[in-house]
Formats: sequence, structure tokens, C-alpha cells
Amino acid sequence: MQKGGKRMKAKNKLGLILFPAFDWAISPTHPEREERLLYTQDQLLEEGIEDVEGIHFFNPLIATKKDIDRVHFCYPGMEELVTESHLIAAGGVMRAFDAVLGGETDKSFALVRPPGHHAQRVVYGDRGFCIVNTEAVGLAYARRKYGDMRVAVVDTDCHHGDGTEDIYWNDPDTLYISFHQDGRTLYPGTGPIEDLGGPSAFGYNVNIPLPPGTGDEGFQYVLENTVLPILEEYKPDLIINSAGQDNHYTDPLTNMSFSAQGYAKLNSRLNPDIAVLEGGYSIQGALPYVNTGIILAMAELDYSGVAEPDYHLGRWKQSERITGEVKRISDEVLDIWRRREALGQKLFGGKSSVKRNRRVYYDTDGIFESQVQEFRPCPDCPGVDSIKSRNDLGASLIGFTIPRKACPACQKAGYDLFEKAKGLDVKKRFLQDLVRDEFFAV
Amino acid sequence: MIIGIDMGGTNIDGVVIAAHDGRIVRQVKRPVDRSDYFRSIWNCIKELLRGTEKEDIKRINLSTTVSTNAIVENRISKVGVILQRGPGLKWRFDDLGENVVDVTGSTDHRGIPVSGENPDELTKIKADFLNNSIEAAAVVGKFSTRNPEFEKRAEEYLRDSFREVTMGHTLSGRLNFPRRVRTAYLNAAVCSTFKAFAENIEEALRREGIGAPVYILKADGGTVSLKGAKAKPVETILSGPAASLMGMTALLDEKEADRCLLDIGGTTTDLFFLADGVPVFEPSGIEIGGHKTLVRAVYSTSAGLGGDSYVRMEDGKLKIGPERKGHAVAFGGKHLTPTDALVYLGVMEAEHSRESAEALESMAKEIRMPPGEFAGMIIGNFCKSVRETIENALKKINSNPVYTIKELLDGRTVKPRSVGVIGGPAKALSKYLERELGLPVEYPPNHEIANAIGAALARPTAEITLLADTEREILSIPETGVYEKIGRTYDLRRAKERALSEVKSAGQAMGISSDVPGAEITEESSFNMVKEYRAYKNIRVKAQIKPGLVICRKAERG
Ligand SMILES: [Zn+2]
Ligand SMILES: [Zn+2]
Repeated sequence: MQKGGKRMKAKNKLGLILFPAFDWAISPTHPEREERLLYTQDQLLEEGIEDVEGIHFFNPLIATKKDIDRVHFCYPGMEELVTESHLIAAGGVMRAFDAVLGGETDKSFALVRPPGHHAQRVVYGDRGFCIVNTEAVGLAYARRKYGDMRVAVVDTDCHHGDGTEDIYWNDPDTLYISFHQDGRTLYPGTGPIEDLGGPSAFGYNVNIPLPPGTGDEGFQYVLENTVLPILEEYKPDLIINSAGQDNHYTDPLTNMSFSAQGYAKLNSRLNPDIAVLEGGYSIQGALPYVNTGIILAMAELDYSGVAEPDYHLGRWKQSERITGEVKRISDEVLDIWRRREALGQKLFGGKSSVKRNRRVYYDTDGIFESQVQEFRPCPDCPGVDSIKSRNDLGASLIGFTIPRKACPACQKAGYDLFEKAKGLDVKKRFLQDLVRDEFFAV
Repeated sequence: MIIGIDMGGTNIDGVVIAAHDGRIVRQVKRPVDRSDYFRSIWNCIKELLRGTEKEDIKRINLSTTVSTNAIVENRISKVGVILQRGPGLKWRFDDLGENVVDVTGSTDHRGIPVSGENPDELTKIKADFLNNSIEAAAVVGKFSTRNPEFEKRAEEYLRDSFREVTMGHTLSGRLNFPRRVRTAYLNAAVCSTFKAFAENIEEALRREGIGAPVYILKADGGTVSLKGAKAKPVETILSGPAASLMGMTALLDEKEADRCLLDIGGTTTDLFFLADGVPVFEPSGIEIGGHKTLVRAVYSTSAGLGGDSYVRMEDGKLKIGPERKGHAVAFGGKHLTPTDALVYLGVMEAEHSRESAEALESMAKEIRMPPGEFAGMIIGNFCKSVRETIENALKKINSNPVYTIKELLDGRTVKPRSVGVIGGPAKALSKYLERELGLPVEYPPNHEIANAIGAALARPTAEITLLADTEREILSIPETGVYEKIGRTYDLRRAKERALSEVKSAGQAMGISSDVPGAEITEESSFNMVKEYRAYKNIRVKAQIKPGLVICRKAERG
């Protein structure tokens, strides 16, 4: 018998947190139901992923209230909104951070559900199947445990990650880049190029709205010509990929033409340290193949053999018109990135307060929210910010955030503002002190 | 009377056990003749039969190394392998020889054929195989457990031209294509060797007028009928550790708890675990000769030290093993061993206790330590090593992935409450192990024939994997060859009933009497599949007959 060839070894050690939560659903026929990762698990098992040397499986942690408090203002409270499934999904992402930052593996991929990128700082209920922003909870946990770091979150879900955008809106140390189907044609409707971030992080929110029908070629163009140059300049310590898979040509909720090969290639070029599954509801026709492709790409194994049964080269080729439009958008985004400082100076220069009005719709739970965010730029730190919010069910709150790098003056200002807000007509007041990792809700 | 035989690397042990009370009636030890396994076993059986009426023999259970050694020593048939793998990971199988060929076509994870192979391909492959004097064939498709049609077509086409054609889906319902390929390959490879062995046994029994059925021990601690083993000989590999584990369960008092079992040999100490009295299995299947297979097996791991491990000082540090340099000084050897330390501590009797003490004292003198303290240190280090191996093994077992919120929150883990030990130094080591592990340690009598007792008392096991898909209207149970149409209203309750009856009949085929003990559902789920606003079911049930003993021996206090 010839020896050799019995083993397959990953070039990058990869940690997988595969937690399909087979006993949880939003409702029996909801897209976010028990079955969602069933076929993905089948495919990974049949492919023998568990026998690839260097690929390790980890069980999720379970996030605590404090882990959630670092990111969200939950109304009326965490216990009322957040179920065990959310704590485990967030805990799965926390485990992914531990695997990489704790030195167990080179990279990690959390295949958990439900997703998180539509969960914003204020949480009244479920939006786009999300309640807890799993990546943000994982990142906040990791920054607390392993020290602060410069991070790029690259969101390749088809929907704009309006939750992640909201959380890092004014954080210059977290660059958010979102590829998504143009908000004029898809939920949640946000994500235009012009939304560039708060006064302390202007230009560090990068939206790339793509036309319906964008395929492998278009995504590749944006990555090579816009995203990679931006990342090269930003020099993050860590790259996180919000690996939503609903850009796939079979996805029932969206209109894009991306393939498993496209996803694998994108991941391989992006080279993220950590990937987190977001959306993706073509659970039979896409997820098994896209996830296999991403895993192989992250482990730096040959992914060229991965293909959907119905995939034919050429069939999902994007049109000339789309190619032109993608190029125009991509170039515009890069141009704005290069001029971000001048643009920010023009918009916010000399201001001590910047307000922003937002209306937020909770599609899954049918809640309307209106909020006023206020940013208080400081020359020494990103400054304290606040959200005053009310919803159409009569709830109201105000929340203050003292950012991780707040200067002593701003830290004190945060407590003063929180104290002063006693007189406001709101049902609940929150204070996040991210310097001391302390949280207050009254 | 039940006859149990365990064939090891050098010796063959046999016992005759009284079927009504489990009393050991007779025991035999003989050397193995590696050139003739059948002759070795047959001589042992004949020896055991002396003084026993042929009619009294209820069953003969064998734990053999026939298949294992055929694989390890590469005495196997020339196998041709046909794969239908479709898209996916590019596992290589070129170590399986020159005759590994791919055909076009693929089946998806639901079992839906995407495309079929070209009939010309099989024609050409058959001709090539025959030209290349291939003796046996293995045919394996990706997701063949979900839809075996390709494997069946290929098998039917090749059946008459080769001695054996193994279909991958028949060997296990588990999903893992590369393991399925290797398991099917090994099955085809050892078929001829095992069949020859089995036929010799059958022939000899017929000649002697013995009508008792013969069972072969499997790596999962269960048995399979000789007929079943001829069809799936790969299941008989690596049954040695299973024999040892089943023997220990038979000899020990407590049967239901979480336990750790240790078999202390000359060079290694083997570890096993019981969860609620049931063996902990390897999560995917056992590995043999570098081949990862789907063969279900009891979990076992080894610490690289035993009673005869070589003890010496290296760079001022005490080292034990992993090599062995012969017997303990106390038993005529030349080098110090943990056994010598036990003799010095006065907990073990020996032939050459004076030489043993001298050897220990001289090494103790070198490092200026009182000899009693040095002997204690050797045993202390030995026990610490065992403890670390146990802890690492438990860490691994207890971090196996879980997939439901309930499992994650419940966190069922294996937590041994006591330890069972067999092997030469078991009794002498027990109080030291007890102190190191902080758990009660039990050492049963008759431990030197534990493997033969394990082989004798093991009962049949079976495992089946049911999948019902009400959209495709298909029910499949690969292990028993079920692939049939079902109605749209098929539900979990019916699936569970079917799984239980199917696993029972699989057990009966292996020789379990009509009342089947230990049949149970191990996994069950029913998923909603939603397609174009209609809901269907994807039902999955696993059932097994778990390992157990045909009779419960009352432990004899030794
Ligand atoms: Zn999405
Ligand atoms: Zn400041």
C-alpha cells in the first residue's frame, strides 16, 4: 500500500463554532427556523471537514448580561428581550474571538444563528431577525479581555448592516465596510454612500450599495479596487467578515447573483481573521456550498471543487450595464474615502454638538422608533454620545455612552449628563461606561 | 456454557463460562501461531471443549485479529475503487492503489440526484479492473446514505465479476464521504481473508458436530454473527480494546455509573470510560493503519507507561517509559521498572526481590535519596501521569460539539465517580491511584482473562440511521438497505416505531433472541421544510442496541 495522501492539512489553523441551535426558531415556518443550518451541517459532515487537520470545533460560550450591556440599551430590559438562543449566538462569536486572540487557532468562523447585524444600540425587539448584535458583543468582549485594537468589519451580507453601522458610527477604531443590495430596492432601506459616520469617525463608515443582479465579477471588482485599498491604508489589527450569504443567486429574499465560488474567492482575498455567519436563507441551495467554500478559503485549502449543483459558469454572469454601475459606485466610494478628512472638517469643524434624527422600524416585531442621537466631539477623545428614543408603543429612554478611549473630562461629563437626565420625561435612563466597564440602568 | 476467546498479539486466551450463573468453568492460554490463525483458535477451542458436553455449548464468541492483522500487515486483496464524488473537498485516495477511479454525476445533501454516471464509464472500468486482476471492488458515492441508487447500480453491474463488491452506504449511516471510502475499501480488502477464516471455523465445527452459533466481537463492544461478519468483516477490526472493556464491566461490581477503566499492561496503560454504565464511543469511528473509518468503536486512549516501563534518571529528572527494556528486575529483567518500586514498597510479591531492591537502592544512591522515598517517587510519578492522561481524555470527550440549546445548557459531561483497574500491578497500585485520583479504585479478580470473559459475555449491538423526507416521499435506512416510498403525512412517531423495529430486526439478524434488550432511540428530530408555502418534514432518528452483557455475573471477591 502506498503511504501518503491520507491526510488533509489546513495551512491556517481554523476554529469552527458550528452551532445550528436545532431547538430554536422565531416561528415554525419563519426563515430563521430550526432547519436553517441543517443542510450546512450535513454538507460539512459529508465532506469530512472534521477530519481535516488544523480545523477544530468549539462549542459556544454563553454571553452574560454584562456582555450585552457593553453594546445595547435593551428596553424594558435584557431579560425581557433576549433569549438563550441569542446569548449562545453571541457567545459563539465570543468563542471565535477567544480562539484567535487566545492563540488556539489562526482564524475562526462562527456559524451561529440567529444573526445580529440589524441589532442597533437601542433594542426594543427583533429587527431583520436580529436582537443582539453578535459581532459587536464579541468584539466588545474581546477588547475588554485582550486590549483595545483597530478593527475592520467587512459586511458581505446582502442587507445593509444598519445595526453594526449604528454601533460603530462614531468609533474611529472600528472601520465598518458594507457591501449590500441598494437600500432603495431592499430591507432595511439604509446604507447610501453618503452615510459616512459621526464627527469623530467621519469616513470610517463605508457603504457600498450595489445594484440588484450584481454577480461574482462585481463583488470582485469592489473588493479589489475599493475595499482592499481602504484596508491597506487603515491597517486594522483584526479583520472581521460579517459573512451573510444572501447575495447568493438562489436567495429567496434578495436579488443578487453571487455564487459559492464568488464567496470563497472574496473571503480568500479579504483574508479575515474572524468570520461570522449573518443572513442567508437559501438553506438548501446556497448555505451548504457557501459555508464549505468559506471554510476552505479560511483554512487556505483548495476550494475550487466547491460548487452548487445548479451552478453553470456564465449563467450568473452580470450584465454590462451592472458592470458599469458597480464600477461607478466603487470608484465614488474610494474617492470619498480619500477626501474624508476634508469632508469631515467642512461638515463638523468647530462644532461641539452634532445631532442626528433617525427613524427605525422593527420589521419582525412591528415597532416604530424615533430617536435623536447627539455626538459631542472632543479634541482628546471621540466624546460622549447619547440617544434619546421613543417608540409607538409608548416606551422611551435615554442612553449615554462613555467611549473606550474617553478622556477623564469626557468620562466625568458622561456621569454628569446621566445624572442631569433624571429630570427628562423618559421611562428609562442608561449609562455605558466603557472605560471602567460599568453599566447603569434606572 | 459459553465459550469466549480473545486472540491478542502473542497469546490466545479462552474461557468457558456457565450460562446460568456466569461462573468460570475452564480457562486456557496458548501462544498465537501467526502463520495460521484458524489453527491457533481451533486448538484453543478443542482444549476448552475437554470436559464439556458439545450439546451444552450455547454460543462461541471470538475476538480475533484476523481482519486487523490483514490490514496492518498488508495481506489484503487487490481492490478497485469507484467513486462518485461530485463537487466538494478534494480528498486524495491515491494511497488506496492505482485502481481508484471517479465517475461523473453527483447526489446532493437531500439525496436528490443532480446527474448520473455515464453507463459507458462503468463498462470501461469493469474491463480495466479485470485487466488489472482486481479481486474485489468498493463503490462509494457522496451522500450515498441519502440515496444509494448509484452504488446499487454499480454493484449490480460488477457483482458477478469480482469476489466482493462493497457498497459504501451499507457500512454506516453516518455522513463522512472520505471515511466511507476508506471503510468500504478496507471491507473489500479483507473480505477474502476473513471469509476463508470463517469458513474454516464453520467447517471444523461441522466436523466436530458442534451446532452452537459463532459470534465475532466488534470494536464497539458488541458481537455480530459469523454470517454477518463475513458480509461486513471490517466491523471486526480492533476488537481487542472492546474485549478488555467488556471484560472489565463484567468483572466489576457497579454497572450503572460514570466510570474510568484502566488496563495496566507492560508498556502502556489503556483507558476507557463508561457513561451511566455504557461505553463512551469514538465520535466518528476508529482509525486503523492511518485510515480513518466509520467503524463504531469504544473510545480508548493510552498513557505511555506500564508495569515494565524503563525507569531511569535523565538530566537529573526521573523518566518512566515509554520504552520497555524487558521484564522488571523483580521478575528476572535487567532494568528498573515501576513494578520494582511496588515490590520495594512491599505491596507486591516477587521472585527476585533482593536483586530488585539492589537495583532500586543503587539508583536512589546516585541521586542521594532514601530508597523508600525514591520508590514512592516512581509510583507517584506513574500515578500522576495516569491522572493527566485521564484528565486530557475527559477534556476531549467532554468538549465534543453539541448542536442544541438544551444540550449546551444541560452540559452532560462524563464525570467518573470511581475507577476500575486490571493488569499485573492493578492491586498493588490501587491505593496509590486512589490517593492521586481522589476516587475509589476497584480491582477485580480474574483480571488476567478479562478479555476472554469480555468476548464471551458481549451481546450483539446494532445501529441504524433513519431519514424520512416527506417532500421527496422517501424513507431511507442505509444500514439495513431500506430505501422506500412513504406518504406525505409520515411523522416522527411512526419514524421512531420503525427505527426501533428495524434495529431490533438488525439485532435478531445478528443473533439476538426475540426479546431484544438495550434497543433504544439515541437521537430524534423532526424539522419543518418549507417550500412554496407548503410545509414538509425532514425526520431523523437514530436507534441502537447498546453494548451489554448476555448475563450479569455476580462478581467474585478474590
Ligand atoms: Zn441579510
Ligand atoms: Zn474627551
